[in-house]
Amino acid sequence: MIKIRGLTKIYNGMPVLNGIDLDIEKGERIVIIGPSGTGKSTLLRCLNFLDTPDGGEIIFDDETIDVTKASPKDIQRLRLRTSFVFQNYALFANKTARENIAEGLYTVRKWGREEALNRADEILATIGLADKADAYPAALSGGQQQRVGIGRAMSVDTDLMLVDEPTSALDPEWVEEVLQLMKRVADQHRTMLIVTHEMSFAKDIADRVIFMEGGRIVEQGPPSKIFSAPEDDRTKAFLRKVLPSAL
Amino acid sequence: MRALDIEYMLGLVPVLLKYVPLTLGMASVSMALALALASLLAIIRVARIPVLDGITRVFISFFRGTPLLVQLFLFYYGLPQLVPVLTALDGVTAAIIGLTLHFAAYMAESIRAAILGVDRSQWEASKAIGMSMAQMMRRIILPQASRVAAPTLVNYFIDLIKGTSLAFTLGVTELMGAAQKEAAGSFLYFETFIVVAVFYWVIVEALSLFQQRLEGRLSKAFVR
Ligand SMILES: Nc1ncnc2c1ncn2[C@@H]1O[C@H](COP(=O)(O)OP(=O)(O)OP(=O)(O)O)[C@@H](O)[C@H]1O
Ligand SMILES: [Mg+2]
Repeated sequence: MIKIRGLTKIYNGMPVLNGIDLDIEKGERIVIIGPSGTGKSTLLRCLNFLDTPDGGEIIFDDETIDVTKASPKDIQRLRLRTSFVFQNYALFANKTARENIAEGLYTVRKWGREEALNRADEILATIGLADKADAYPAALSGGQQQRVGIGRAMSVDTDLMLVDEPTSALDPEWVEEVLQLMKRVADQHRTMLIVTHEMSFAKDIADRVIFMEGGRIVEQGPPSKIFSAPEDDRTKAFLRKVLPSAL
Repeated sequence: MRALDIEYMLGLVPVLLKYVPLTLGMASVSMALALALASLLAIIRVARIPVLDGITRVFISFFRGTPLLVQLFLFYYGLPQLVPVLTALDGVTAAIIGLTLHFAAYMAESIRAAILGVDRSQWEASKAIGMSMAQMMRRIILPQASRVAAPTLVNYFIDLIKGTSLAFTLGVTELMGAAQKEAAGSFLYFETFIVVAVFYWVIVEALSLFQQRLEGRLSKAFVR
């Protein structure tokens, strides 16, 4: 169980996260939706300290981290407990697809090189890119790069997978293959926090949908409720914009 | 106008050839030290390490902002007056120190730019998988930055080789110092200096050739 308490982030005197409280059950898949600039990415990035939060607590099972007092060691532990899928893939350009997946395993987690590369090959087979193992990112399509990015995050069983708009940087032709892979990852009972603008994908995979606006959680619930019977006017207005046919 | 003394010029070639190793040796040692120092300075600047960052800025500004010749005189003639131990400093060592510091200042800025040129998202991905700053630099950032910086660094090496000729002002008999002595004996200044110029030219051209090949290879790196 992961608990987030009063998570706050301030940019230039403006609160971007306004004290977020959130409990995440083990194996739960949570999708975050909301307008642009609302703090969805910031929330994800604060959870592994890519952005440094200004206040609050992050609690992983038995370990409580007061974000204002987090030591480099705490941050490192938090990062080892999470994995991150980036909107723009963020693959290492000097590493092949296989090495991109294996890098964290042997450099950070101290697996044997052989063992790490075998794991990478396993993952490559899962994501359908076995034949691209030795290709550098520059030689891969956007969709293939993002699949490697997802593979990198899948390679270890972290407590929480953070996924920030995995398809929004993709050319339309590659969106489907990445969503398909995301669905398969979701089926593995991993604990996930996913930001997306793909509403039908959100409906498909979410156990819970969170609507965020202005750095706050406005409304949350099962997808059936949020998408068909939202209560808050802001949620309704947002959904009317992104799902013109739905409401 | 008189005719060129071709025989003298040809005779000069083997004489000067003996000094090429010293010139190239000074250049190579200075380059190696400068590269190491420049990488360190670049990382200090990029990581904005408090205090060190400020010192590094001043260092870079000073060594880029003043002539190499002035720096060499400062090290060889000036410093020993303040710090008597340094009187033992011979010309070659003083030249190597001067060249190292001077070119480290320039190269630090190109290395820094190359480091910052590596896509931001790769820094974040490195952190996200739990890499330390050192791991990230060594495994992800520097391998890419060095490829970007390499052609520029070869340019600095070329400048550095030419810069070693100033060591003769510190009494070092390297290529230029030797030529100076020959010219003083023969009074054939034009012949002497055109021969020494060709020496530098050939060395630099050889390096440029290497540089072109390097660029060809680097442009193909990380694509397959
Ligand atoms: N480094 C930064 N410096 C200053 N302001 C920032 C910074 N990063 C984000 N912000 C601001 O924080 C707010 C929230 O940004 P965030 O990227 O979290 O939004 P988002 O909900 O992910 O939006 P989108 O759907 O467009 O990705 C925005 O107003 C943004 O301008
Ligand atoms: Mg975002």
